[in-house]
Amino acid sequence: MSDKEKEEKQGTNISRRSFLKGVGTGTVAATVAPAILVGDSETAEAQTDGAVSTAKIQLNINEKSYQIEVEARTTLLTVLRDGIDTGGNGVDLTGAKLICDRGECGGCTVLVDGKAVYACMMLAMDAQGKQITTVEGIANGDALHPVQEAFIKHDAMMCGFCTPGFIVSSVALLNENKKPTIAEIKDGLSGNTCRCGTYPFIFDAVETASEKM
Amino acid sequence: MASWGEASQSRLIGKRITRLSGKEKVTGKAKYTFDINRPGMLYGRILRSEVAHANVTDLDLTRAEELPGVKAVIPLIEVGRKIRYQGQEMAAVAAETDDIAKDALRLIYVELEELPFVVTEADAMAEGAPQIRDDWKGNQSNPGTNKNGDVEAGFAESAVTVEATYHTPVQTHVCLETHGHVAEWTDEQNLTVWASTQAVFGVRNDLARRFELPANQVRVITEHMGGGFGSKFGPGVEGHTAAQLSRMTGRPVKLMLTRKAEHLVAGNRPSMTQHVKAGATRDGRLIAYDMRGYGTGGISSGAGFQAPYVYHVPNRRTERFNVAVNAGNQRAMRAPGHPQGAFAMDSLMDELAEKLGMNPLEFRRINDSNEVRQAQYTLGAQEIGWHRRNSVPGSGTGVKKRGMGVGSGLWGGGGGRGTQARVTINADGTVEAVTGTQDIGTGIRTAIAIIVAEELGLSPTDISVKIGDSGPGLPSGGSGGSQTTASVAPVIKTAAAAAKQKLFEHVAPLLQAPVDDLRVGTGTIYVASDRTKTVAWRQATGLLGQESISEGGNWDQELRQGGVAGTQFAEVEVDTQTGHVKVLKIVAVQDCGLAINRLTTESQINGGVIMGLGQALLEERIMDPQTGRMLNANLEDYKVPGTFEIPEIKSIVFDTHRKVTGVGEPPCIPTLGAIANAVYNAIGVRIRELPITPDKVLTALAEKKA
Repeated sequence: MSDKEKEEKQGTNISRRSFLKGVGTGTVAATVAPAILVGDSETAEAQTDGAVSTAKIQLNINEKSYQIEVEARTTLLTVLRDGIDTGGNGVDLTGAKLICDRGECGGCTVLVDGKAVYACMMLAMDAQGKQITTVEGIANGDALHPVQEAFIKHDAMMCGFCTPGFIVSSVALLNENKKPTIAEIKDGLSGNTCRCGTYPFIFDAVETASEKM
Repeated sequence: MASWGEASQSRLIGKRITRLSGKEKVTGKAKYTFDINRPGMLYGRILRSEVAHANVTDLDLTRAEELPGVKAVIPLIEVGRKIRYQGQEMAAVAAETDDIAKDALRLIYVELEELPFVVTEADAMAEGAPQIRDDWKGNQSNPGTNKNGDVEAGFAESAVTVEATYHTPVQTHVCLETHGHVAEWTDEQNLTVWASTQAVFGVRNDLARRFELPANQVRVITEHMGGGFGSKFGPGVEGHTAAQLSRMTGRPVKLMLTRKAEHLVAGNRPSMTQHVKAGATRDGRLIAYDMRGYGTGGISSGAGFQAPYVYHVPNRRTERFNVAVNAGNQRAMRAPGHPQGAFAMDSLMDELAEKLGMNPLEFRRINDSNEVRQAQYTLGAQEIGWHRRNSVPGSGTGVKKRGMGVGSGLWGGGGGRGTQARVTINADGTVEAVTGTQDIGTGIRTAIAIIVAEELGLSPTDISVKIGDSGPGLPSGGSGGSQTTASVAPVIKTAAAAAKQKLFEHVAPLLQAPVDDLRVGTGTIYVASDRTKTVAWRQATGLLGQESISEGGNWDQELRQGGVAGTQFAEVEVDTQTGHVKVLKIVAVQDCGLAINRLTTESQINGGVIMGLGQALLEERIMDPQTGRMLNANLEDYKVPGTFEIPEIKSIVFDTHRKVTGVGEPPCIPTLGAIANAVYNAIGVRIRELPITPDKVLTALAEKKA
């Protein structure tokens, strides 16, 4: 089979998604090749020529400014976990977890201007000009946030992989509702999933934290 | 004889102590394998088949190799070989970024000749079904029959009989941290691997064999891991692939499974179908049991389950077999075979009790020889308010009907030999405990600290616990079978005791007392016969000068015991208009042996109950017979319990003796039967197939009316 034929065959069963020239915001470093902006990562077509549109953006994370070169498709979560700033240093904020990769589990929850947001569902570009707080930025230096204290006290964690997401969602909840009822706690944390089954102690922890705040 | 001493003498053991890793976990600083970023690290990805059954006729990696940023591409299947399930590995790449790795996968050309497939047990067993394993005759294997007593005579003696079919579907583990590794060759002969595993030494030994290295030239590190539930004992294809890509490129490679792959290939709990007939005498004795059952573990066998379960039947016959389908392999999942078996047995018990006109709890009491569970029945019934249940199932009024049910379970968890540990006391007073176990989330790190601190008169936070690393060469087994604590605790305790003894030898001359007259206080060492003679811990260890005390331990069998009983009671509310089942309360009375840490033990019981609840009401791998694909390989369509599903859970740590027993698995067993029986008690219609979803409830209610 010729390469040409293979290329054609590869096209079958592949859903073509939106292709845009360049990117919406930020400085466009290269506009020659299109970048995939949205797409089902399992089926979207590859960029085959290797020339990738990137843009240099500035993000404010945990009150620190980062200069980062991103592709249009780069999510905020990718920047936090795998991003490298223009000085060559890893951002390395791995508290936010990649678990479901599609806005179902809350493991990557961060605060964007004080609101809980799934970092896997936000493009890095769209996070420009906003205050981003990750779980690493919740404590005040060595002094833990009351939510964090209460999670430890009540053993509101087992394997701990979902814990950062629950911490951030709990902080967001208590920022909006100082004294939530159990029903309100369940509602406020319904976007987060735990597999070890720590929920009862999480509810206890949020109640305790609400009394301390 | 070694013992854990009386509860009244324990300063720390059995108390509620917060976990040592708590601060790291709540601040996001805990580093899991997924979080390891090494200098120059590449990202690995695996190309998987979307087709369930096919011959591979062409595999061309060229275009992927040419993509800038791609550093290695390898085939994982040869042309001419067969794909036997969706998700099977075909090729892998390593690239500068994860996005480039994704792009590269799309440039790999694969040609498949599709073959007929089966993805459901019924299709696999149907006449003329395609043969899907070359080494089996048909799609069924491993038939096993078992016979005790005289079944026919038992049925002849029975006053009542029940004949029913019970089914539980395939459940997937859903580890939140997907399976994966970061592999790094420090040179051609030394491999370091960060692994999301529940068996650090198992992974080490497997990789050493795979790469033909002496075992001590492979180092496996698992500082923290995001859930395993039985599915993370070995490196698997993904671990071998990460190490191979790293060796080829000379750079560290991180390769974590995608969420989809996690559902498809990282293990699952097999399904179970039981056709069972059972009989009981008028006075409530189970007397006859005849069961034919099967399950599927995907393309592999291993679909066993317990039947009969817990309750004794003198005359019984069982026949069971495995059914192969074109789907990913089963792996051990939290109490393999038990929750399914318990659901069927507890449902059956209730059906028999009703025919006898007997309270189902009373019927259990007659047929359960376990004294611990007898006591648990009493306590649990009291806690849930068993007298409030509907004496006539479904007799409640209104749209939302309530009901109660009970279920039972058993487990081993007595640990085993094979753990080596070292407890070191340094001259500066610091204490270190090292062993090659790993914390799967149950809190073994904290349990180790508690044991050492109790023995030495210190605080758990004074103890530096080093686990999850094969580097020190102190092996321990995998965290499975609820064996970890019972395997590790005796060794840690005897090591700490030996270290203490050595320290006493240094201190005895100072206190002018014989060694066996010395005791530890809280941060002190004193003379038992003259308590005025005392020395502070730091002063005592200061006597070591340039030395350290470093002692090993042994697995003293007197310190552990296997065999636990558990009982759970459920209260549910069923909305007869929507079919929605809401669990209001679960009382879990769990035999735990000696709970080293009551707080984390309660966490484990809560977790077991919640996983059982998921299996009862929500979880099911759904295969599409038309395409051969799993329809819900994500976290949106595969339902695991979330905040709204969580009932009030009363976790009762039921102390039975002062010996250590594991408790990771048993609390997930009785939940299914308790909930299913409660649903029946609420609506008066039995649902014999899990999960009990609203459609099944509504269908059952409609059939009852008709």
